[in-house]
Amino acid sequence: MTELHYDKHVQTAALEQLSTYIQSCCNDFILESKIERNELTITARRAEIIKFLRFLRDDKQCQFKQLIDLCGVDWLGKEERVQDNKRFDVVYHLLSISRNQRLRVKVRVGENQSVDSCVGVFSAANWYERECYDMYGIPFDGHPDLRRLLTDYDFDGFPLRKDFPLEGKVEVYYDETEKRVAYKPVDLPQEFRRFDQQSPWQAMTGNAHLAEADNTFSSDEFTAQEKEAS
Amino acid sequence: MSQSEALQRGVNVETVNAAGEAVDAPFTLNFGPQHPAAHGVLRLVLELDGEVVTRADPHIGLLHRGTEKLIENKTYVQALPYFDRFDYVSMMCQEHVWCLSVERLMEVAVPKRAQYIRVLFSELTRIQNHLLWLGAHGLDVGAMAVFLYAFTEREKLFDFAEAVSGARMHSNYFRPGGVSRDLPDGMTQQICAWNEQFPQQIDMYEDLLSNNRIWKQRLVDICVVTPEQALDWGFSGPMLRGSGMAWDLRKSQPYECYDELEFDVPVGQNGDSFDRYLVRINEMRESVKIIRQCLDKLEGELAGQPCKAQNFKVSPPTRDDMKTSMEALIHHFKYFTEGFHVPAGETYAAVESPKGEMGVYLVSEGGSKPYRCKVRSPGYPHLQGMDMLTRGHLMADVVTAMGTIDVVFGDIDR
Repeated sequence: MTELHYDKHVQTAALEQLSTYIQSCCNDFILESKIERNELTITARRAEIIKFLRFLRDDKQCQFKQLIDLCGVDWLGKEERVQDNKRFDVVYHLLSISRNQRLRVKVRVGENQSVDSCVGVFSAANWYERECYDMYGIPFDGHPDLRRLLTDYDFDGFPLRKDFPLEGKVEVYYDETEKRVAYKPVDLPQEFRRFDQQSPWQAMTGNAHLAEADNTFSSDEFTAQEKEAS
Repeated sequence: MSQSEALQRGVNVETVNAAGEAVDAPFTLNFGPQHPAAHGVLRLVLELDGEVVTRADPHIGLLHRGTEKLIENKTYVQALPYFDRFDYVSMMCQEHVWCLSVERLMEVAVPKRAQYIRVLFSELTRIQNHLLWLGAHGLDVGAMAVFLYAFTEREKLFDFAEAVSGARMHSNYFRPGGVSRDLPDGMTQQICAWNEQFPQQIDMYEDLLSNNRIWKQRLVDICVVTPEQALDWGFSGPMLRGSGMAWDLRKSQPYECYDELEFDVPVGQNGDSFDRYLVRINEMRESVKIIRQCLDKLEGELAGQPCKAQNFKVSPPTRDDMKTSMEALIHHFKYFTEGFHVPAGETYAAVESPKGEMGVYLVSEGGSKPYRCKVRSPGYPHLQGMDMLTRGHLMADVVTAMGTIDVVFGDIDR
């Protein structure tokens, strides 16, 4: 297999070292820590998230000074999540420019729970938290200005939740009598069609590497590499 | 109308002070959503004290298309064209980040030729984006001529995109595992010819602007961002480099073949709009260098090599094969209906797009559709810093701020 074209800068040892360092310093804040695909993911306790983020930002060895991204994930109906009543994840992506490392921090959130806002730690969190609230309905405690952001004024519902229909609930039209744009419930002449093409054929899953050795095509493009090898 | 509701809608109301007396609310001005300098559909609610901005509250989402939701309902290949439509002036860089995120999850390697083609077109896209930025920024601030010159060159770049993909803007050219097809004959020579004359064009833009008194008056010391502010607000790309931080993902976290190429990272000093202008101008010059190196490689040692992963679970077979080989027909059919399956897991991939760090956080549950796809667009945190950038500036500088952060609403609203 040829060399991969990403993560050339990642040093696995440094990543493991960072992981053990963070665990030794704030074991109380952490539920779980793992390294997968050269990416360090730490699941933190919901109540301690602000302290944890502040540590990551200010600690001399971490220096995660940038909040790159913050988003929600909805795990509706996933068994282990139903049991714990932790429907959502809030995922923080941090970047340390001085260490040249990335870090993913996750918090599990239940349906009626809120997360402390980290606007005080990273100013960039302001809109990200608003968006997360807008899309998933996860409230952020202590957010200075938790309004909806991307959806329309007076929008109803949380569109990125898995139980929100893809086609939405209302559509806009121009009302001739009132001379303005108004809303009405979505009325599709034909139901949205979902083609279930997922084959039970297991051969489709996890076979990418298998195929590389088993290429039966004849065209020049696909045999070029073989020719070169021979 | 309650006060909070009024605030939400940006309507001016009389407020009541602590003593219960009615006082004048600050003058509120709605900038946009249909303002020629708003670069699309931005509704910016400005609170003014005379001509000085005391608060800027951008209302975004007027171009929100729910792309993340749509992507959850599409296969990985069907989701690709949506990425052209995020930042619709730097199309191929967005496709790039999607391909990288899928490749990370599948752990698929990409042939060298495909890597060089992708980098070549990423850099052409960077120039394309910066040309639009330069033209629009100039136009906003009052320099009419640059716009016309910049767009002439931009048109030529669209011709290259059309030649390889069939579409001028929304090219849909990159694929997980490579690119959709190889460069047509003579393409490299055409790009080379264009590339050789382009530095003179940049010189001309600089002649028009760099020492132009009006241009400097409008840009120097306007919207200064300190390195600390830039980090705190999540800025990336030229917004970060303009403040003196030498941070470029192409250098620091190299993807594709960027580590084999020679180029410099332009860095500003003062963090003002003028420095960011210089950074972007010099990025175009660096892109020219990169393009030259890519073309040399593509014409030289990489000529005739495959341009997509030699793996029929990831890349579709050619039509010729499809007509003659049963195996190829099956794979062709499965690729375009069910789509390939991506192993369960999560990943974050990022590229240095012209506007900054463009990232995708991709969660897969196995199967042929993503479970969650969060797009981290560079313009979003930049526009968020609008209040920080414009507070205390004059009304006219708001336009400069908008130009200097290079806003595009497809990118911000998603």
